[in-house]
Formats: sequence, C-alpha cells, structure tokens
Amino acid sequence: MDILVVAEHHQGELHRMTMEAIAAAQAFGAELNLGSAALLLGDDVDTARNTLTALDLGEVLVAQHERLRDYGSDTYTDALCQVLEREQPAWVFLGHTYQARDFLPRVSGRLGIPLLSDIIAYRNGQDRPVFIKQVYNGRLSAELVITGSAGRCLVSFQAAAFAADTVRAGSAVVRDLALKLTAPAAGIQAEAPFQETAEAVDLSGADLIVSVGRGLGSEENLGVAKELAGALGAELACSRPVVDPGWLPASRQVGSSGQTVSPKLYLALGISGAAQHLVGMKGAKYIIAVNKDAEAPIFDVADYGIVADLMDIAPRLTEALKAQ
Amino acid sequence: MRIAVLQKQVPDRESPLRVSDDGRHFDEQQVSFELNESDAYAIEEALQLKDRIGAETEIIALGLGPERIEKTLHQALARGADRAIRILDDRELATDPFAVASVFAAALKGQGCDLVLSGLQSDDLGMGQTGILLGELLGMATASLVMATEPGTASIRVKCELEGGWYQWLTVPLPASLSIQTGINQPRYPTIKGIMDAKRKPIEVLSASALWSGEPLQTCQRLYVPHKAKHTEMIEGTPDQAAAQLVGILKTGIKVLYSL
Repeated sequence: MDILVVAEHHQGELHRMTMEAIAAAQAFGAELNLGSAALLLGDDVDTARNTLTALDLGEVLVAQHERLRDYGSDTYTDALCQVLEREQPAWVFLGHTYQARDFLPRVSGRLGIPLLSDIIAYRNGQDRPVFIKQVYNGRLSAELVITGSAGRCLVSFQAAAFAADTVRAGSAVVRDLALKLTAPAAGIQAEAPFQETAEAVDLSGADLIVSVGRGLGSEENLGVAKELAGALGAELACSRPVVDPGWLPASRQVGSSGQTVSPKLYLALGISGAAQHLVGMKGAKYIIAVNKDAEAPIFDVADYGIVADLMDIAPRLTEALKAQ
Repeated sequence: MRIAVLQKQVPDRESPLRVSDDGRHFDEQQVSFELNESDAYAIEEALQLKDRIGAETEIIALGLGPERIEKTLHQALARGADRAIRILDDRELATDPFAVASVFAAALKGQGCDLVLSGLQSDDLGMGQTGILLGELLGMATASLVMATEPGTASIRVKCELEGGWYQWLTVPLPASLSIQTGINQPRYPTIKGIMDAKRKPIEVLSASALWSGEPLQTCQRLYVPHKAKHTEMIEGTPDQAAAQLVGILKTGIKVLYSL
C-alpha cells in the first residue's frame, strides 16, 4: 500500500481536514504514481464510509469496533499501529487536527516512524519528497526530509494547505479489518465533552472585524481597539495571546483554536500572524495590518500594511472616522 | 510526587532571523533567546501542583540544546524548580522530535517521574510532538492541550481543549505526560529570593550522544524566508498621515465606509 489517509469523523460527517488530506494524497499520488486508500476507525461508520467510497481511492479500509466508538488516545494509537503493521503503507496522511496531534506522536514513538507535522506543501526532491513547514511562528519556512531507514512516514497537513473541493470523485472498494483491542488495566476515563457557557459570539458572518493581538501590550489598551471597532461598526476579535491573560473571552478568538472568519475587512492590530492565527482569517477579502515589526508574517498576507505601534494608529484612525 | 518539566529555549519574537550560508541555521549574533511560551505555562503548572500537593513534590527542569540553555534552566530553578538536567545537543538532533524525545526518555529513565509536563508546541519548529512522544516512550498515559489540572492519588484529572470551543475532562492514570496549553494559568516571575536560592540548586549536565545512539528519523535540510503570497501596499508617513490615508483606502479602495 502506498498512501493511507486516516479519516476523522464526527457523527457520520468527515472532518473537513480529512477531505483536505485526501486532496493531498490524490495530488501526491498522481505525481509520484502512487495509489491511495483511506482508513476509517469507529463503531457506527456507515455515513462516513459512504462518503469515502464515492471518492477516487483504491480502497476504504474499515476497522469497526465498539472500543473505537469514541476517540481515545490509547485505543486509537493501538488501532492505528495494528493497521500500519499489517498494511505497511509507505505514507500515512492526516489533517493536523487536535485529535491527530493527540495520538499521532504516540504512533510515531511506538513504531519508530517519523511524523512530519503541520505540513503546508510538498515538492519532489532529488531522491526523496521534501515537505514544507512554517517555522519560527511563520517567519521562516523549513524543508523537512525523512532520514534513516524506517521507509515509512506519517504526515499531518495544516488546515487549508490543500483544497477539499479538489478531491476527485470515483468509487472505492470497502475492505473490513478485524482489530484486537483490549481494555488497558488502568485506562483513561473520559467525561462527556462540553462547551463553556461564556457569551456566544458568532464572528463568521461579520463583515468588518477589528482584531487585536499581543501588540496590545496590556488590558488597559483594549479601550482603544473597542472605540475603533465602534467607530467602524465592526466586531472586535483577537488572537490567542489576548485570550490567555483573560483580556478578551475565548469566544472572540480567531484562529485554529478559535473561529474561522471571512469578512470583507480584517483590520489586524498588533497581530504578528502566526500560522495558527492565519488559518482563521486568511479568507478575509481585504486585510490591513498594523504592526511594529516590519518582518511580521502578517504583512505576507496583508493588502495594506503600516509599520507602527497600534497605539499610535488606532486612536487617530478612530478620530478620523468620527470626523467623516 | 516527582514532576519533570521540559523547558525549551527559542529565539524571542523581535530578534531578526537571518538564515546563515549553510542554509540550515540562522545567525545567532543578533538573536536573543527566551523560554518557549507554552513551556512557561508548563513550569507554572508544575509549581502550582507542588503548592497543592505539598513540599515532598520534586520538580525537575529538563532541557536539550547548546550551552546557552543553561540560562533557561537557571530561570526554571529561580521560579521554584528543585533541580535541573541540561543535555548538550552534541548530535544536532533538535529537528527530529523522535530523537529529542528518545534523549529525554533516556535521561528520565530510572528517575521515577509521576508526571511529565511540556508546552504543547515550540515557537521555533512547532512540531508539537515531544511531550506526547516522550510519554509513549516512557510507557506513560498521555493527554494534550491541558487547560486545568486536579491532582488525585494515583491519577490526575485534566481538562483538555478540543476543537471548536469544546472541552473534555479526562482522568488520567499516573504516570502521565501532559502537554500544556497556553492560558492554563498566569506564569509567575522569579522572585529575588528565588534567584538567590537557584544558585544553590544543582544542574546536572549530560550529553545527547552519551544518552542515545539511535538513528534520527527526520531532519530540516533547509531554512528560507517564505515567498510573499500577496503584494502589500505599505502606508508610510506620520501616524496622522497614515490614519488619513487609511480612511481614504476604506472609503475608495476597499469601499467599506459607504454605510457611515
């Protein structure tokens, strides 16, 4: 087996990043003349299986087991290791989801095979594929290659690195796998997932967003951003470093651990533009960035940029808007 | 209880990163280094666990890197860690999480750690694997993106962040390795007393080559400045001029001011 895509699904629906990983597998496979298959782990998998069998994949492997009904690091590590040992795929592709981040390093450790994580692209090197990753908070890119003799590799792809709508349709054959999964003597006890009861803010439909980041410096400076958002009629949003000290609630966070937005205007104040933030806002039609650091990665995606302290720009912009 | 905390030193956010001629490193002359952000939350969580569990808890700060990481480990001791293990990366293993975790596993073997805490990912390479990999190599239970901890006797209850604003409590048997999410606590600064006490705390120095002779699984063959995805029009001038230009762009360029 050449490429195996491990599917993630919730209540029958495939994770968007699984579709993106399939797009990556199809593109990678076409270039290197490799075939792709998908793997479904779970208990009630009919809906997800039907979605996968309608795609251009050689096979859909289905490992159905009651112990796989809910995700758990222990059982999913066991299950994937069993499948990889049996099927020996050269490449294992996944979306760089929270779940993948939770258990893939364990698969890598247990089998002694490399995990190239949060990959944004690949290209053919002289003797082996080269995988591209953003490093140093997006300030540099790195070319990662496999070394050693493992001959197998796990790759997780960053959100939106490949487009889900480029997945080719087709028809795939189902093959059922029987796994032996035993309960560990002292396993992890999981409680039901829940959402915090904080104020719910839906930023996904906002037309205009003023967003603040680490450059805000202190909670006292929030007023300046709020006034600008008010003068512009925009929603106020932020990046993670504003949520961590409690300056704004998590419900206003944009990025991989927050919301994904696609406004007409995203005005980024003091946001450096780490990959985790960019995935949440690069769908904005126009991006204006204000940042002290001329080399901040936010300027790589911005349409307009000002190299300055947001505290020098935002109050003046508010005044100028009010004067209109 | 014995808690090991991984502490990584990374370039600070302001330092310029100039790729060196070999294409695999950057010029360290102009770079200052600091503790990785999520690792600051990891050491703070260890200290808070010690406050809650009691003084018999020992915290070991653990780091891999060149000699300059001594400063980072010294800071961990000043914050309240009891001892440190500094491992010299004499094999340039830093770009392979499997190799790094294997070195840490060798260093911690026989130490009898009940908990390993690490930041969820580093601000340099951002692989996001080391703590979980280390847990696997040491035969520990693992949990990631931890946002709260409640220590028990043979287990620890942790609140993990899931996708899309969801959370989940897990009761994880000890020994366990937990990756810590930013925002779990408010990291403390070292006190004067802490800095004085740190001078008397031991830092054991080991080398990666002596601890692990295995084969690395991946490497970074080239670093480069990413190509710009977009043309950015930079707005120059004084803050007043820049603000005036922005209003013009909002009105006639982006056309979002018509409603005002």
